[in-house]
Amino acid sequence: MTTPVLEARDVTMRFGGLTAVRSVDFTVNAGEIVGLIGPNGAGKTTFFNCLTGLYVPTEGTVSYKGTVLPPKPHLVTQAGIARTFQNIRLFANMTVLENVLVGRHTRTKEGLWSALLRGPGFKKAERESEERAMELLEFIGLAHKRDHLARNLPYGEQRKLEIARAMASEPGLLLLDEPTAGMNPQETRATEELVFAIRDKGIAVLLIEHDMRFVFNLSDRVAVLVQGEKLVEGTAEVVQADERVVAAYLGEPFEGDPGEAEAAEVEAAEAAAEAPSTTSSTKGEAK
Amino acid sequence: MTETTKTPAPDATPAPPAPRGLVPLPLAAARALLLGGGIATAASAFLAWTWTSEFPGDLTITGYPGGLQWLTFTAGLLTTLYALAAYGIRGLGWLLPARNNAPLVLNALGGFAVTWFTVIAISAELGGVVNLEPGGWIAAVASLLPVLGAFALPQEHAGEGTKETLKAYIAKPERIAAPQAVAPWVQRAVITVVTIIGLGVFTYGIDTEYGELFVGYLFVVVFALWALHTAGLLDRFSALVAANRSFTLAMGFAAAIAFPFTQTDDHYANIGVNILIFGTVALGLNIVVGLAGLLDLGYVAFLGVGAYTAALVSGSEFSTISGVHLPFWASALAGAAASLVFGVLIGAPTLRLRGDYLAIVTLGFGEIFRIAVNNMDGQSGPDVTNGPNGIPSIPDLNLFGFNFGQAHDIGGFTLGRFANYYLLMVLIMAIVVLVYTRAADSRIGRSWIAIREDETAATAMGINGFRVKLVAFALGAALAGLAGTVSAHVTYSVVPTPYQFAGSTPPNSAFLLAAVVLGGMGTVAGPLLGAALLYLLPEKLVFLQEKSLLAFGIALILLMRFRPEGIIANRRRQLEFHETGQLDVPKQTTLTDEPAVTKAGA
Ligand SMILES: Nc1ncnc2c1ncn2[C@@H]1O[C@H](COP(=O)(O)OP(=O)(O)O)[C@@H](O)[C@H]1O
Ligand SMILES: [Mg+2]
Repeated sequence: MTTPVLEARDVTMRFGGLTAVRSVDFTVNAGEIVGLIGPNGAGKTTFFNCLTGLYVPTEGTVSYKGTVLPPKPHLVTQAGIARTFQNIRLFANMTVLENVLVGRHTRTKEGLWSALLRGPGFKKAERESEERAMELLEFIGLAHKRDHLARNLPYGEQRKLEIARAMASEPGLLLLDEPTAGMNPQETRATEELVFAIRDKGIAVLLIEHDMRFVFNLSDRVAVLVQGEKLVEGTAEVVQADERVVAAYLGEPFEGDPGEAEAAEVEAAEAAAEAPSTTSSTKGEAK
Repeated sequence: MTETTKTPAPDATPAPPAPRGLVPLPLAAARALLLGGGIATAASAFLAWTWTSEFPGDLTITGYPGGLQWLTFTAGLLTTLYALAAYGIRGLGWLLPARNNAPLVLNALGGFAVTWFTVIAISAELGGVVNLEPGGWIAAVASLLPVLGAFALPQEHAGEGTKETLKAYIAKPERIAAPQAVAPWVQRAVITVVTIIGLGVFTYGIDTEYGELFVGYLFVVVFALWALHTAGLLDRFSALVAANRSFTLAMGFAAAIAFPFTQTDDHYANIGVNILIFGTVALGLNIVVGLAGLLDLGYVAFLGVGAYTAALVSGSEFSTISGVHLPFWASALAGAAASLVFGVLIGAPTLRLRGDYLAIVTLGFGEIFRIAVNNMDGQSGPDVTNGPNGIPSIPDLNLFGFNFGQAHDIGGFTLGRFANYYLLMVLIMAIVVLVYTRAADSRIGRSWIAIREDETAATAMGINGFRVKLVAFALGAALAGLAGTVSAHVTYSVVPTPYQFAGSTPPNSAFLLAAVVLGGMGTVAGPLLGAALLYLLPEKLVFLQEKSLLAFGIALILLMRFRPEGIIANRRRQLEFHETGQLDVPKQTTLTDEPAVTKAGA
């Protein structure tokens, strides 16, 4: 289980004078759930964008299953990395089913001619796509809403739908950017189950999260990004015990909105410290 | 007028006051006014309204209505029908499923509008009210009665300020009870009847001989449709259409084919063929704008490329490559292909731009086409297009021995030159409709919509944004080019002037875009309807002349203010613009509950 799916080497992203991501090396192995945490503005989303080709990294390379990826989003998805967005980016005026069907784009190839001629091949491909999409909707529990417009779904369901859309591209690695942001505790727990279920389908997961309990429960490994640099990486225990992490989170309070997120984090850290055995079964593979 | 309804009772009873009308009359009187006024309006059409036949349509004969009087008669009849339906007459209940006031009010207003328009037009054109015969005065008063009656009907929210009250009077109710399920053959019969009526109404509009009649026609049609809409009948009809898609499509084409057989004057077939060309091009543009969300301000250039290509290869003696005379299928393909190549050439560098930049660049390319064609006259540039003189004397088509230039007798009907081309154009439009619907409902169509919705998310889902946009652009161009090849033959000659960004007559890029937006982006029927309207308005309202552009501007602004999704709303768009009243989106529970309104009726 140690074949690497994703290997980022020395990834650096500069915006003018600002270095948002600084020489990050990062690996995700097959079958792993890896957490990426860090204070707001640490560069986590920017790092995701570098991985998926939305940004062209100033330096460094990203490879998937051994091949270096070109920094073009559609080619990255084609290769097998799918993602969700921190601020939900569904196709708001398409139905739930259509959203997932768009996710199937890279796994189907019917072009304009076959759409116009409507041969048997086209019908078969459409039918199969729809079947696959419905399977995914059942998997996330939205099959009964297939004909609703995405914009009319409640927030939590929109996040789920975004995951289903990403999974429709049959990825080997799924990147989730704050999948529980704005969710209530029940929804968060449901998402936790969902992420495990996704891993059990053989898809490696890399997720950015602010909910510490969630991320430590789920992740086989956690990496901490602070000011664009990877500070620590290891199992939940290792990361929680690291003083620099505590300092990064608590020692240097950042301006903005420390309130809720931070309180939750402290609480989570305490809970974890009290009962370390409750954290998820990890592979115990510190790096 | 609201004062009377507002007077607060000092010893207010706890029960809410019974709803009252804006005009303080008892319900029985209101209904009587509606019915009596409707009948009187219809009857007044049989009187002489003016003394001279100088006013078009000859409104001088007692006993036989002429021109605009027929419109008043129709509106009066509609008012009467609805008044009877409001009385609960058996067999008319379907006209008023929600038993609301709005259809009554709007029908009454329609009759009032067309009658008063006529009376005012007579007075204005002939110089004073002295030109009105007593019949004219009677008609004016008679058409006012139903309006009074309609506003005397009790209305729930009356009395909360004039604006709210008036709004409440013409509002469509939120929920209208679902109709009973009807047998499929009944559904088809309804669609057939509606198609026939539609063809009749449309034909009447095209055949209007003078501007006043066309304006009156618009009044009657707009108010009648509005009334049907607020009665919930249009929703029911769209549910029928949705349940019988292919049948409706077949009926639509049957009606389109039937049109030239209803015409005795080839001039109207000429209007018909021009509407079809304009509508087909608008539908092509709808792929680019409505589906892929690319704002193309130079689209008419592709029509021009098709037209010029066909003109060059169809054997005109003035063609710079004269001697080449391809058969029509070949010149049509050549026109489409040439447009496609131009589409790719223009699209490849520009489609990497987003939003506004694309609009500006396409605007520029559109103008470059016209200016280049103007200059390729052998003096300022290579001799290709004869410059401003264009390419005249394009021979008529001859398909399988059928000469399009001559009149033919078919089954007792005479089809003139334009009718021939009209029928050819129906075929081309059928192809374009097929291409549009099939492309929209497929992997590539979904990726266009995805790009329009959120380009970043779409590329992150594996869509090669540039490539699918280029496909949309090229496909749209090819369809416009195809329509252009026919238009070259229809008009005998091609010249550069029509292919500009904006002008007072269609087609030009601004009108094409307006047809798409006005009719309803992302639908099939919308751009066709928009094109018909935008072609007919300048054609019929000659007296507006250069002011027609101003009129369009105002009309477009009003439309965008009150119905941004266009006349025919795409389901998505409607939901996008009107957060509330999302009829076809069931609430959390309604999936098990009875179906929402627009889904009902199937
Ligand atoms: N496109 C961009 N241009 C300039 N600066 C950016 C851009 N994207 C992100 N940044 C900056 O990079 C830093 C990291 O942001 P981000 O990756 O969103 O943080 P996180 O997701 O960890 O909260 C921030 O300072 C942000 O302002
Ligand atoms: Mg972020």
